[in-house]
Amino acid sequence: MAAEGQQHPLRVYWLMWGALFVLSGFSYATDFMDDGPVRTFMILLFMMLKAGGIVLIFMHMGWERLSLKIAILGPPVAILVLIWLMSFEGLYVEDSRLENYGESTFEPQELPHH
Amino acid sequence: MTEAVMESGVESTGKQGVVDDWSQDKQVFGVPWGKAMMWIFLLSDTFIFSCFLVGYMMVRVSTTDPWPNPSEVFGLNLFGFDVPLLLIAIMTFVLITSSGTMALAVNMGYRKDKNKTFWLMVATAVLGATFVGMQAFEWTKLISEGVRPWANPFGAAQFGSSFFMITGFHGMHVSAGVIYLLIVAFRVKRGYYEKRGANYEIVEITGLYWHFVDLVWVFIFAFFYLW
Repeated sequence: MAAEGQQHPLRVYWLMWGALFVLSGFSYATDFMDDGPVRTFMILLFMMLKAGGIVLIFMHMGWERLSLKIAILGPPVAILVLIWLMSFEGLYVEDSRLENYGESTFEPQELPHH
Repeated sequence: MTEAVMESGVESTGKQGVVDDWSQDKQVFGVPWGKAMMWIFLLSDTFIFSCFLVGYMMVRVSTTDPWPNPSEVFGLNLFGFDVPLLLIAIMTFVLITSSGTMALAVNMGYRKDKNKTFWLMVATAVLGATFVGMQAFEWTKLISEGVRPWANPFGAAQFGSSFFMITGFHGMHVSAGVIYLLIVAFRVKRGYYEKRGANYEIVEITGLYWHFVDLVWVFIFAFFYLW
């Protein structure tokens, strides 16, 4: 396979392309939903489906050897730890700002009509 | 066992495949070196963009100023209707379309169809340039409304900082990708790769970079524009 390169039937690409369009439509549709855990879940769900499709099909990672999959897709998992730590840190910083400087007095300007 | 595998020439798969790949005295990944290096570069780029997005999360969580609603900031008024996030949605579809033409270009490259590969790559580059153009329009609009990397009349100043840094860095990647695509496309057309044994692996490597740019946009769209 390696010497031949990644050759797959065209249909695979057309299907993935169509799926990306539909999923992007769904992603955009979440903007019209009310804020809440359901909307957050939908945003993340469509994001992961799109990202997975691009990596596995368009970037051919699904057909590569397990060694390459582990070497490339494994390390980014460490980012989850950074996200976890920084969200705690961010909340702590917000709390100490509120405690020391009080509530924000910022008056947002009205958005202009485009 | 491994010797038997090496002699028979049959590649083992699964867990045993990983062990064999790393323990046998050979190239580990079984892909051309250019492709392995592109993947490793993209892995490092993943960390760069992740750090930007985590930094954005951090400043958004920690600020006490109100965060502007991106759906309104990036909305457009069309025929008297306020359509939220319209420009960004169009940019998303433009980038997805370009990913599709790129995937087809890679396929045509492996079929050694020089002409189709060239035109599909040019189409990808044109769509990429369209994306950058729309981003320039978006930047112009926000700057004219007073949004700066250090200030923002509609809410937290951090909104301006993260917006210009994240979309700017992504736009730079798209621009570099357009140049990269055009260079490879014209080499394909001129028959540069034909002289090298008609090896069109480079088209797939270029494609990896281009799909990665689309991949990053998926995360920016979800975390910056929708969240």
